[in-house]
Amino acid sequence: MLSIQHLTGGYAGETILKDISFDVHTGELFGILGPNGSGKTTLLKMLSGVIPFSDGTVMIKNKSLKSYTAKELAKTIAVLPQHSSQAFSYTVKETVSLGRYAHQQGWFQSWSTHDETVVQQAMEQTGVAEFENQDIQQLSGGERQRVLLAQALAQEPEILLLDEPTNHLDLSYQKELLDSLKGWSKERDLTVISIFHDLNLAGLYCDRLLLLEDGRINLNASPNKVLREERIKEVYRTNIQKQPHPSVPAPQLVLLPEIESTQDKLVFINDSMLEVEEDYLALRSPIPLRTMSSGVVGSGIGWHQVFVNRHINKQVQYHHPQNDMFSFMKENGFEPDETVGMMTSVLIENASIQFIKERDFSVLIVVTAGIENATDVSRGSEHPFQLSAGTINIWVFVNAHLTEGAFIQSMMTVTEAKTKAMYDLEVKDKKTGTIATGTPTDSISIAATQNGQKLDCAGTTTPLGNLVGKGVYECTVQAIKNNRTS
Amino acid sequence: MQKRFTQKFLTNKSTAYILAAVFLVMAMLMGISIGTVSVPIFDIFRIISANIFHLQLDESINPMHSNIVMNIRLPRVILAGLVGASLAIAGASFQGLLRNPLADPYTLGVSSGASVGAVITLFFGVSLPFAGLFTLPLLSIIFAFLTIIIVLIFARRIDRGMKVETIILTGIIFSSFLGALISLMIALTGDELRQIIGWLLGSVSMRGWDYIQIILPFFLVGSLLLLINGRELNAMSFGEEKAQHIGVNVQRRKMLVLIAGSILSGAAVAVSGTIGFVGLVIPHLTRLLWGPDHRHLLPLSLLTGSGFLILADLLARTIIAPTELPIGVITSIIGAPVFAIILMNRRNERRG
Repeated sequence: MLSIQHLTGGYAGETILKDISFDVHTGELFGILGPNGSGKTTLLKMLSGVIPFSDGTVMIKNKSLKSYTAKELAKTIAVLPQHSSQAFSYTVKETVSLGRYAHQQGWFQSWSTHDETVVQQAMEQTGVAEFENQDIQQLSGGERQRVLLAQALAQEPEILLLDEPTNHLDLSYQKELLDSLKGWSKERDLTVISIFHDLNLAGLYCDRLLLLEDGRINLNASPNKVLREERIKEVYRTNIQKQPHPSVPAPQLVLLPEIESTQDKLVFINDSMLEVEEDYLALRSPIPLRTMSSGVVGSGIGWHQVFVNRHINKQVQYHHPQNDMFSFMKENGFEPDETVGMMTSVLIENASIQFIKERDFSVLIVVTAGIENATDVSRGSEHPFQLSAGTINIWVFVNAHLTEGAFIQSMMTVTEAKTKAMYDLEVKDKKTGTIATGTPTDSISIAATQNGQKLDCAGTTTPLGNLVGKGVYECTVQAIKNNRTS
Repeated sequence: MQKRFTQKFLTNKSTAYILAAVFLVMAMLMGISIGTVSVPIFDIFRIISANIFHLQLDESINPMHSNIVMNIRLPRVILAGLVGASLAIAGASFQGLLRNPLADPYTLGVSSGASVGAVITLFFGVSLPFAGLFTLPLLSIIFAFLTIIIVLIFARRIDRGMKVETIILTGIIFSSFLGALISLMIALTGDELRQIIGWLLGSVSMRGWDYIQIILPFFLVGSLLLLINGRELNAMSFGEEKAQHIGVNVQRRKMLVLIAGSILSGAAVAVSGTIGFVGLVIPHLTRLLWGPDHRHLLPLSLLTGSGFLILADLLARTIIAPTELPIGVITSIIGAPVFAIILMNRRNERRG
C-alpha cells in the first residue's frame, strides 16, 4: 500500500529525516513512536504531501506521491492532524461535508445522494450525528476531534494518517477511538498510520511499530520487539520498567519517578507495630509494603499497608466470606484497597510471633494455627470441598528489598517449613489417618519494605531462606502447641 | 428528517438572498430619490426605463429630474454599489483565506497600497502605454497586490504561525507607513492638503459614468474569481494544511484569491479613495446572520456591501447638507466600533 525508500528531508536548510525506509501493508495499524523532535510529525507531513522531501521516494499504491494531484491524494489519504483551529463557526455537518471536496467534479460541484450517504455514515461512525447542526466552536475538544475524524472518513480514504489522535481525549474516548481504528483496519482494510506518545496504547493496538530516533529508524518491528525495556530507556533517555499487561499479552512500560518516594524512608517492621485485639490481629506499616499473598482480601501481588488477621467464631457459617470481611474492615477503619485480610478461628492470644535479625536484614513472623481441618495434600480428593475456619495463617515481613523471584521462593520456603512443623508434631489428617501437610484454607502473606539490602533469592540455604524457614517452623510449632493447650 | 433539513436549509438561504436583494434595491431607490431635490420613486423607474429603451420621456416628468437621475444620482449610486460590493466580497475572502475575522482590505494595508498606486497616477500624471484610462486601476491593483504579499511575508517572518493579531498588526504598520508616504508625496507636489485628505477618506461624488466603466470590468473578473472559490475558501478557513489534506490545490487557490482580492480592492480605491471597514463589517454581519459557508457568504456579502455603501453615501451627502462628508467618515464611524466588538469577542472566546 505504502512504500517509503530512503526518505530524506526537512524544513528549509535543516535535514530532519535521514534515510527512512519502510513499507506499510493494506489493513495494517502501524504506529510511529519516538521522543520529541525525533521527526515523527515531519514524517507524517511528508507522507501527506504537505512538506516536500529532498531525497528518496514515497510510493502510494505503486504510484509516486509526487505524481498525485491534490484531489487524487485526498481520495487516497486522509489526515487527522494534532492541532486544528476553527476560525468560524461552521456546523458539524458543514465541516464533515467538506471531506467530500475531492470527490466532487465540475464547476457546480453538485451534491449527490452518495455524498450525503457517506457524510451521514461518517457522522454516525464517530458518534457526532446527534449534533450535526451545532457549531463546532461550541463543542468540547474531544467532540471536535471526532468531527474532524468524521471529516477524514468522509474522504473515503484508503489510508488514514493520525498525529497523536488520543491527545485531548479522556480515557473512554481514547479507547473508543482506538477500538474503532482497529476495527476499521481489520474489517474494511483501512490502512492506519498513527503517531503515538503513549507507548502502552501503541503496544496494545498496533500491528507494527516504527521507532524513530534523531530522524533515523531505530527499529521497525512488532510491539513486543520494539517495546523492550533497554531500548526504550536508551531512545527516550529515561527510567522505565516493563511489565506484562494484566489481561492482554502486550508489553506495558511504566515510568520510575526520580523524586524521593516513600520507599526511601528506612522503616523496620517489628513486633512492636502489632495491634493485638480480642477479635483481630493487625499490623499497620508506615509505608506501603510490596506483598504477595493469598488472603481473603488483597490476594495476589501488590502494595499494601495494613495486614489484618481476624478472629471469627467457628460456629457461625459465612456464606460470603469476602463481603463479610469487607464490612468488618470498614467498621474497624481498615481501607480494603490497602489491606491484606485473613480469617482464623484461632484465638488471637494464641498467635506465635518472632522477630529475627540478621546482619543486613530482619524478619518478623506471625503465625496463627488451627488444625481441626488438617489435610494430607496427597489425599485431598477424599475430602469434600468446603471453606471452614480452622486454618494456618502465616505472615512474613522482610526488612529488605526482594525480587519477584525471591518472593516466590519465600512462598515455597514458608510452605515447606509449615509442612515440616506438621510432620514433627505428627498432626494427622482425621479422615485418612495419615500425617497432614496443612489445612485446605491456609493463607500466606510475604511482605517486604523494598529498601535496604537487595535479596535475589530465598531458597532454603540462602540467608533469607534460613531465617524464614527456621522462623516459620518454630512459630508454627509454637502456635499449634498454644492452640492445643488452650 | 434529512429531507426536512435540506428544505429548511434551502428556504433559509433563499430568504437570505431575497432579503439581501430587497435591501440593495431599497438602498438604490433611496439613494436616487433622496437629496436636495427629491425625485418620486415612480418617476425613477420611468426615467430609467425610458433611457434604457430610448423612449420618449413622459410629459409629466420634470426634465430636470431626468437630468439629476441619469447624470448625477444613478451613476453615483451605481459606483457606490460597485465599490461597496467589491470591498465586501474582497474582505469576506481575505477573512476566509487568512482565517481571520479582522481582515479586510483596509486593516491589511491593501487599500493603502492601492492608494499609493492611485496617488502616483493622479498626482504625477503617470500613464501606462496602451492602458489609457485603465492606468489608474491597473497601478492601484499592482500596488495592492504587492502590499498584501509583502504584509504576508513580513507577518510570516515575525510569527510562523501567522496569528490573527500579527497579520493585523503588520497590516496596520504598513497602512500607516504607506499613508505617511502618500502625505509626503502630496506635500512635495505642493497641492492643497485638504483636497488630498478628502480623497484619502474616500468619496464617490462627481465621478460620473467614466468611473463606472473603469471599475466594472475589474469588479466582474474579481468577483467571478472569488465566487468560484467558495468551497476552497471553506476548506482554507480550517487552515492551509487541512485544506491540502482535503484535496485543495492550496498554492494555486491562495494566489487566485489574493489576486482577485487585490483586483477588487485596487479598483475600488482607484475610483473612490480609501473607504475603510466596509470589507470588515459587512462580511462579519453576513456571517452572523447566515453562517460562515463561503458559497453563500460571498454573494450575500456582495449584495449587502453594495446596499450598505449606497446608504452610507446617502448619509454622507445629506447629514450636514449642503456640505458633503467624505463617505469614509461614515463607514469608519460605524466600522471602528464593530472592529472593537469583534476583537473583544475573540478575546472572551479564548478565555472561556
